[in-house]
Amino acid sequence: MKRVLKGGRLVDPVTGIDGVHDVLVDGDRIAAVGRDLPVDGASVVEVPAGLVICPGFIDMHVHLREPGQEHKETVATGTAAAVAGGFTAVACMPNTTPVNDNANVTAYILTKAAEANLARVYPIGAVSRGSKGELLADIAELRQAGCVAITDDGHPVATALLLRRAMEYAGMFGMPVIEHCEDPSLKGDAVAHEGYQAAALGLRGMPGACEALGVERGILLSELTGTHFHVAHMSARASLRALRKGKEMGVRVTCEVAPHHFTLTDEALVSPVPYDTNAKMNPPLREAADRDAMLAGIADGSVDAIATDHAPHHYDEKNVEFDRAPFGIVGLETAVPLALDRLVHTGLIRLPRLVELLSVNPARILRVQGGTLSPGAPADITILAPDLKVRIDATSLRSRSKNTPFDGWELRGAVAATVVGGRTLFVNEAVDGLNGM
Amino acid sequence: MPVVMDADRIGRALIRIAHEIVERNRGVDDLALVGVRTRGVPLARRIAKSLRDITGEEVPTGALDITLYRDDLMRQSVGPQPLVRRTEIPFSIDDKKILLVDDVLYTGRTTRAALDALIDYGRPKGIQLVVLVDRGHRELPIKADYVGKNLPTSLEESVQVHLQESDGRDEVVLQQMQGGAV
Amino acid sequence: MTAPAQTQEQRGADAAPAVTALRRKDLLGIAELTTDEIALILDTAEAMKEVGERPIKKVPALRGKTVVNLFFEPSTRTRTSFEIAEKRLSADTLNIAVASSSVVKGETLADTALNLEAMHPDMIVLRHSSSGACHLLSRICRSAIINAGDGMHEHPTQALLDAFTIREHKRRLAGLKVAIVGDLAHSRVLRSNIHLLTKMGSDVWVCGPPTLIPTDIARFGVRATSYVDEAVEGADVIMLLRIQLERMEGAYFPSLREYFNVFGMTQARLKRAKPDVMIMHPGPMNRGVEIASEVADGPYSVILEQVANGVAVRMAVLYLLAGGVAHEESA
Repeated sequence: MKRVLKGGRLVDPVTGIDGVHDVLVDGDRIAAVGRDLPVDGASVVEVPAGLVICPGFIDMHVHLREPGQEHKETVATGTAAAVAGGFTAVACMPNTTPVNDNANVTAYILTKAAEANLARVYPIGAVSRGSKGELLADIAELRQAGCVAITDDGHPVATALLLRRAMEYAGMFGMPVIEHCEDPSLKGDAVAHEGYQAAALGLRGMPGACEALGVERGILLSELTGTHFHVAHMSARASLRALRKGKEMGVRVTCEVAPHHFTLTDEALVSPVPYDTNAKMNPPLREAADRDAMLAGIADGSVDAIATDHAPHHYDEKNVEFDRAPFGIVGLETAVPLALDRLVHTGLIRLPRLVELLSVNPARILRVQGGTLSPGAPADITILAPDLKVRIDATSLRSRSKNTPFDGWELRGAVAATVVGGRTLFVNEAVDGLNGM
Repeated sequence: MPVVMDADRIGRALIRIAHEIVERNRGVDDLALVGVRTRGVPLARRIAKSLRDITGEEVPTGALDITLYRDDLMRQSVGPQPLVRRTEIPFSIDDKKILLVDDVLYTGRTTRAALDALIDYGRPKGIQLVVLVDRGHRELPIKADYVGKNLPTSLEESVQVHLQESDGRDEVVLQQMQGGAV
Repeated sequence: MTAPAQTQEQRGADAAPAVTALRRKDLLGIAELTTDEIALILDTAEAMKEVGERPIKKVPALRGKTVVNLFFEPSTRTRTSFEIAEKRLSADTLNIAVASSSVVKGETLADTALNLEAMHPDMIVLRHSSSGACHLLSRICRSAIINAGDGMHEHPTQALLDAFTIREHKRRLAGLKVAIVGDLAHSRVLRSNIHLLTKMGSDVWVCGPPTLIPTDIARFGVRATSYVDEAVEGADVIMLLRIQLERMEGAYFPSLREYFNVFGMTQARLKRAKPDVMIMHPGPMNRGVEIASEVADGPYSVILEQVANGVAVRMAVLYLLAGGVAHEESA
């Protein structure tokens, strides 16, 4: 079944295209890209003016919570939220119950993903058994079963020795090691960023150095082992400093930043809702200088990817005292509006750079297909409406959980449609003229 | 705003009241004055001075804050809350005849509150009520023993007492209010 | 910063104060109070103190009101103080002491609150080990919430009674040098006192080991030092904060002995302060750790007065939050 998307602005940094181009989709692949493509036999979708066609966005840090925590989210609800958020693929973290440290759990996740048949799911396996940090997980088996990377996300790998071994071993399969960078002794039982806001609120804080220590450890071990080391959810300027040095030295290190870390600061702990547990995540919201550093890193290329760290939690779990609330917020459905509003419309970056952050680089880091709409590539397409105004409404999120601090925010920029393997899985009703999608 | 009592008349009324007190109580033995805050207090002091002029004796004088005894305290409020002030009764009221002094007697509720407050302080031999103005419209069975002026009023009117000590001048004015009594 | 408000005495006993009501539902902390509101509470406390000096220590102001003392942390002193205050105002009091294990096992704070709320208490006095617990309760309950200490965040009635005590002795708060020494990082009393004293124009110095000084402390409008002599020099008031034994395990300082040697308030250290210095402590004290016994029991100590004033200040807070009415006409 052939379709031509006609007259839309195509932004594809890999092929260097940024301008009006037609895209011919045949089945689940891109068949051709060019100006004024011949239509014969294909149905035509006239792309409304102002919309932008991009290679499908990939969120490389998502917690789908299945198996074991289905009250928060399932693969089905999570992938539905993903396509509504403009993501054609997600990589899901192994801190499920049980932990994804073996082929059975990986297979289970992939089965659920196939049943849902929405966004593609790339499982990430655990570094250690049960993520306990003692023995290596069966990494080859995980690779065989379909995992694209390994991590003990939720916490750092317990010891430098274990991280080194994991990197050496994973290097065999060309798998990156993704790390939640943190020094546990410095973190202690902290629940917020160590700074003025936490001090005023009487909350225990962890300094930026806590995260940077983990980044530096990983960079040194990456230098030692030659394995690709990826910093998950970077938030501190000290981490960025270390990362830049590592890249300058030629170490194979990459990083991601979550939208909340380039948008919010620790002031969110106080306002609009004091002790808002939807402002509690790990790594925490930090002070303005850290947020600004993340923006600078996004602009100058030091930051490789935007990933949401989508962490659904049930309302009851968050409706407790700040100390007791679990860390994390949902992010799949707010990422694109935040990125467009805070990065593109502010003039910080242009659309091609945004596509790198959300598609090209995640695909490259995870070594999966995508990141471009050149002929032969999968027909995973994210269509943006960069000028459409949206109002975030927590109650209408498709995720099973609604733990977001962005409820009520008015932003400029939205997803118009999401296509996975040639199938249109999401169309934004607020966008006119996409009926043929 | 019509002035219903000027400084002169207020002065003469208080002196007359002082004489009545001496006459009715056959002297000032066992008497004590307690002024109800706020304007009852300067009135009580002036009466004490008059009593001193008449008899040569000091009548102990105290100040009573009845805010915490009001019966309208914990209801929905629209206006500013009354500020609680210290009660200062530096003598025992047991077995004394207390002259409770207030500026205006209206519904009688303030007097009721003052009686409750006084009873918590001790067991007086008796309590007599002294007011500068009685404007009628009692809601409780309360009667003044000494009255400076009986002033019939309507519910749409408000009686304002100004005293030198707190307001810089002595006068009682009658004010028309919009929309009925508070 | 607005000009510090005057005492009732300074203004003249019958002068109208700048604000006569607390137009708020709860007392969650000092941070959100204005200087006028603080002055109102302190002035009202003066009148309440007199109630405690009468033969019958009771007024009917809160008659028929139900006040629940919901204490998730054990406390004799604060709870008793609130209870006496409530009873003196003729309120019906209910004490709920929640053992920490039941919190761990079962009911969430939110559920406890909802169950309580169903019985329509007028006010809830909450002490809890989590910072922000009172804010959570305030969002859930319609009752007025009074913070009796939440985690490391604030203990507003303590700061108010401290200010009341200082005002009684010094007749003012503005311009006084107040030194606060102790575990600054974990102390809710510190935070509340810093907010109150800086608002009212005091010159506040905080002192403790560098490990126990909160981040960005200068942003709170205070001077911070780890040298006790510097803090105590010329001080009008010295407040000592409790040092908990557990802090040694967190490697905040090596031993209680060392803490006492470097930071403990001794007779000798006191000599640098003003001759009429006030020694204060929110209690309970660790004698020989943050304060030497002879200082605690010495002539400068007002520690027991603080306790007495606590009742008056809490009565003022309860009264003002319970809401009153002005019917100037129904005399």
